[in-house]
Amino acid sequence: MFTSPHITRATSVRALMVKVLVALVPGIAAYVWFFGAGILVSIAIASAAALAGEAAMLRARAKPLGLFLGDGSALVTAWLLALSFPPLAPWWLVAAASLFAIVVVKHLYGGLGQNPFNPAMAAFCAMIVAFPALMSQWPAPGLPFDVQLGLILGTSRPPDAVTAATALDALRTGLREAGAKGSVPAVLASGPAFGAFGGHGWEWVSAGYALGGLWLLQQRVFTWHVPVAFLAAFALIATGFHLADPVRHASALFHLASGATMLAAFFITTDPVTGSTTARGKLILGAAVALIAYLIRAFGAYPDGIAFAVLLMDMWVPLIDRTTRPPVFGHTRK
Amino acid sequence: MKLLSYFRGETFARGIHPAAHKEMASRPIRRLSFAPRLVVPLSQHIGKPSKPLVRAGEEVVRGQPIAEADGWLSVPQHAPATGVVEAIELRPSARGPWMQSIVLRVHEGSGQEVLWRNPRDPDALAPAELVAAIRDTGMVGLGGAAFPSHAKLAVPKGATVQALVVNGCECEPYLTCDHRLMVERAADLIAGTRTAMRACGAPLAVIGVEDNKPDAAEAIRAVLPDDGSIAVEQVPTKYPQGSEKMLIIALFGVEVPSGALPISLGLVVNNVGTLVALGRLLPAGEGLIERVVTVAGAGVERPGNYLVPLGTPLAFVLECAGARGCVCELVLGGPMMGQAVASLDAPVTKGVSGVLVLRAEDLASGRRRVYPCIKCGECVESCPMGLNPSALGMLAARREYKRMASEFHLGDCFECGCCSYACPSGIPLVQSFRVAKQVLRERATA
Repeated sequence: MFTSPHITRATSVRALMVKVLVALVPGIAAYVWFFGAGILVSIAIASAAALAGEAAMLRARAKPLGLFLGDGSALVTAWLLALSFPPLAPWWLVAAASLFAIVVVKHLYGGLGQNPFNPAMAAFCAMIVAFPALMSQWPAPGLPFDVQLGLILGTSRPPDAVTAATALDALRTGLREAGAKGSVPAVLASGPAFGAFGGHGWEWVSAGYALGGLWLLQQRVFTWHVPVAFLAAFALIATGFHLADPVRHASALFHLASGATMLAAFFITTDPVTGSTTARGKLILGAAVALIAYLIRAFGAYPDGIAFAVLLMDMWVPLIDRTTRPPVFGHTRK
Repeated sequence: MKLLSYFRGETFARGIHPAAHKEMASRPIRRLSFAPRLVVPLSQHIGKPSKPLVRAGEEVVRGQPIAEADGWLSVPQHAPATGVVEAIELRPSARGPWMQSIVLRVHEGSGQEVLWRNPRDPDALAPAELVAAIRDTGMVGLGGAAFPSHAKLAVPKGATVQALVVNGCECEPYLTCDHRLMVERAADLIAGTRTAMRACGAPLAVIGVEDNKPDAAEAIRAVLPDDGSIAVEQVPTKYPQGSEKMLIIALFGVEVPSGALPISLGLVVNNVGTLVALGRLLPAGEGLIERVVTVAGAGVERPGNYLVPLGTPLAFVLECAGARGCVCELVLGGPMMGQAVASLDAPVTKGVSGVLVLRAEDLASGRRRVYPCIKCGECVESCPMGLNPSALGMLAARREYKRMASEFHLGDCFECGCCSYACPSGIPLVQSFRVAKQVLRERATA
């Protein structure tokens, strides 16, 4: 016998996590189509490490293993981490990052629901600072699977031809090398890294993420606030800079279709644990991540700034939550 | 207050849309037969228990007063059947504790006509006399709270009533008794509404009906008086629209201030079921001896809206309606705010609007695996009062009850259950708030 309410919405943490994993599939499919199956190996390594780390920490903390291993949250962290890492990163780097995310960022702060920082993004930042060269090992399209596997397992050294700069990276170095004469249109016209409107191939991976994200929105896994605020702010800022100086700044479309923009819009900034719980807080958070990410892309030392932007804004969440509480019924209006 | 700026198609913010399960809305009200024994608890209302007027072994006729009011917030009880008083003793209540009750053995041979009447002409009575007459019927709010009707309609000194709000929302899933009453007994509803308006001095009345019951609104419109003093308004279908604060904001666009009653805005709220009963009982001179109860849920063979004699044991209701399969939980009222039944020997009382027979798969508890809060904000998005159930839940887990009240407005929670319904982690939020309130109450009296 329980007290009311006697019914609940047919949902659970596990169901939410499984839906997030399913929603990643279109993006992963596009990824495999353009860049080969190496990413699947990377995802498998990250997943195995995450589950092992989760199990070890649950055991150490005397938490019910079956309940929490089955909630799917470790797998979501692992997949997002693998998808944000270069797919040719060596296995030990991915495994170490995955363990770092689960053991340090998640469990040392109290496990599911307690971590103040997004585990995947914190691990990404740690590794890009510690291993900048390995973290730029992006594959050139059409690289055979055995070469990819050799790089991941560390059995072969990368010849220059197999890796390629991402679109954001190519644009950045292209502009820098050309110096004062360089312009965005000229760089975009020159390199093999660029596709129809974003990075070559990456634009379709982004489209896959967006498709999955829209499905999650339709499934009410998260509300519209964060993705809309993030994408609208990103587009607005990029358009502003582009209109002010089209020679040095790429268009909003290029920014939305390149790098981790779409992954961030629907899968990273929407993380409930590290996000804001109020509607207004979600709008603020989404827009602020977009602003910081753009500034890092355009003026910072890294080609993409999403991970840093997410971590920087995670710090503000408690304050944002406090100041954006909705008015309590009967206390405000007359 | 801008009175009657009402219905702009808006209502309160947030809330939830649970599956309606209103399949019984098309089933006409049917009479349930008399159980061999009826149990009439002396406390079926908020306020002091009534004082018995009969002794064991005494013959009583249907409708006769068998207990009198004891104090202002108390009401009399009437015999729901012709029979003999078997005992006045402690009997189990639905909530658990045993309560002093009058046990009647029903005469099998009796035709069970109402043999005791005290007809009154509502139009001939002054408001104060009307309030006393309403009290003599033993009427309480039939929506579930069982607050004595006369006390609600007796306006405190200095207050003026601008409008009577008639609550026909019935926002709880499954329940359809009010819906059927509006459809079948619209004339009684109007009569009861006029009586209540006279008793509290309201110049006009607004009947709020959720827009998933257009036939009910239509039936009432057909019998509305020409003078325009009573209006019907459809309000959006959303849980908990039937909470009086939410209905008032939907009809008038004003919030009842925290801690205040609707009367502070010049409003008195009554449930449609209450007014239908009032409209019939007062002219007929009868006491409240029966009520309409929705018997529903996947575990019932013959669900429907039954006119049940008060005091009918729940076991008898189930026997008549037929329980099937593995019944897991019996709920009195709706699934969102109803009471799980502790004993099948407990009777149907004045405040019981529904008897729900739920199976394990219908129940929250059957699925419940409690995960930590993942701060998704679903509870925040569902709370009609604008509270933060997530923060309240974390404080409750740490037993910081005082902070819940002082910083997070625990006192404004009216326990609608939206937060627990919405939570994907299965955290019993409203349940823990109830505990917190109880602890704070006990500390305050200790």
